[in-house]
Amino acid sequence: MVAQNIAFGIIAVIMVVGALRVVTVNNVVHAALWLVLVLAGAAAQYILLTAEFVAVTQVLVYIGAVMVLFLFGTMLTRAQLGKEKLLNNPTWYLGIPASLLLLGVMILALISSFGDEKLPTDSELVSTQAISDQIFGPYLLPFWALSFVLLVAVIGAIVLARKD
Amino acid sequence: MYALLSSIPYWGETLLRLLGGAVAVLLPAGTIVYLFLFKMMSFMQSRLGPMEAGPYGSMQLFAEVGKWLQKEDLLPERADSFVFKIAPLIVLASTFLLVAVVPFGPDAWFTNFETGVFYALAVSSISVLGILMAGWSSANKYSLLGGLRAAGQLIAYELPMILAVVGVVIQAGSMNLQNIVVAQNAGSIFGFDGLGNPYLLTQFVGFVIFMIAVQAELTQTPFDMPIAESELVSGYMTEYSGFRFLMFFIGEFATAGVFAFIASVLFLGGWGVPFSWFGWTGIDDVDNWMNIGGPLIMLTKMLGLVFIIMWVRFSYPRFREDQLQRFAWKFLIPVSLVNIMATSVLKVAF
Repeated sequence: MVAQNIAFGIIAVIMVVGALRVVTVNNVVHAALWLVLVLAGAAAQYILLTAEFVAVTQVLVYIGAVMVLFLFGTMLTRAQLGKEKLLNNPTWYLGIPASLLLLGVMILALISSFGDEKLPTDSELVSTQAISDQIFGPYLLPFWALSFVLLVAVIGAIVLARKD
Repeated sequence: MYALLSSIPYWGETLLRLLGGAVAVLLPAGTIVYLFLFKMMSFMQSRLGPMEAGPYGSMQLFAEVGKWLQKEDLLPERADSFVFKIAPLIVLASTFLLVAVVPFGPDAWFTNFETGVFYALAVSSISVLGILMAGWSSANKYSLLGGLRAAGQLIAYELPMILAVVGVVIQAGSMNLQNIVVAQNAGSIFGFDGLGNPYLLTQFVGFVIFMIAVQAELTQTPFDMPIAESELVSGYMTEYSGFRFLMFFIGEFATAGVFAFIASVLFLGGWGVPFSWFGWTGIDDVDNWMNIGGPLIMLTKMLGLVFIIMWVRFSYPRFREDQLQRFAWKFLIPVSLVNIMATSVLKVAF
């Protein structure tokens, strides 16, 4: 368990530094690449929690698809090499109270729902079957709702992109 | 032998696995380059290929590596040096991550990941990131165009690949590659178990779609739009030289080998022989010699599949961009969806 704690600390530091660089670096592509590092760190944390399926999904969806499309989009439109001026939004400081508020809400939610509960020291591997039983059992309705949202987004994208 | 292995400490075991991983990536890459790129292509073009270095030119590979290592590591003046330098490493890293889940024998595996297939598909998509980085950071229009073409193509062909694998997962009832191997070799076709049940037979549509998608993921002709030499010099690799070009080169052929390994696990029964030949019933009965025989069987199957990949590569002209996208979205994806539906209906029926 000690080794896991050390690994958690190292990955967490990398993630925090990466997240700060995403918003401070002055090149769009570099910001996106720092974001890749943050998302990869999240996947590594899931592995530490023995949540294989979630970790692999994180890599497949966020790194393999979302970030690739992100980079694809920026490179297709505007992605200069070197430093770019005026990349920062002039109202960037409004982000600080917003993120502090989010942090507060998350801390409150974590404490009120888990309290002193601790993760089991020898957490068992969560099998994929168990996850699918959950998704297609008690969480079927949210799953369907999510699918509908995505369907609407896809149709919306097609409508926006079509010229005729 | 098993007692000997179990006395090795954890760090030693990890070291051995890392070493095995390097062998499993580099050995197929070298074999593929010599057998297919040097010799088979030459024979198809009525020439002999390399003949001077070693018997039948078999040492040519080492000469080539020496040549690349001597070359200057060029960096374009306006390039983004850090991203430019790290891009080939990311492409190669994705190959090494990919081989980690491939089982080579009952005990000869690197990691027995429960979500093996899913993991393989996920890490194979990391290489796109390296290609995009290489294309952008080179400060070259041809490179950027090549990188964008590569990204568009790999996104389009990742989907049919994942959907083609779903059929196998449904039939085996597991995403673990080791379980998929066992399910194929312990299985039977209508009571006849002399062949096992290789999914090549029951999932033939999935196999064909998977191999087409592999061809596209590897950007081998006819899917070589990203590095089309007559239009884009050499695509995202244009500005690379020396060792960094060598990394892209190794990455390309090593990935071909690893994808062929995965295809042979998914569709051809992997390292196993039909279990009924020796009266095995499950993975625990399998004799220890399969840990030596398994890798050789895998190597043979891998070479067979790469032969097909290279055969197609040397035979067909390049797809146009619109043909390429239409083929993925309007043909391969619908067909693989129908395949999934048919497989699940038959799975429930039998």
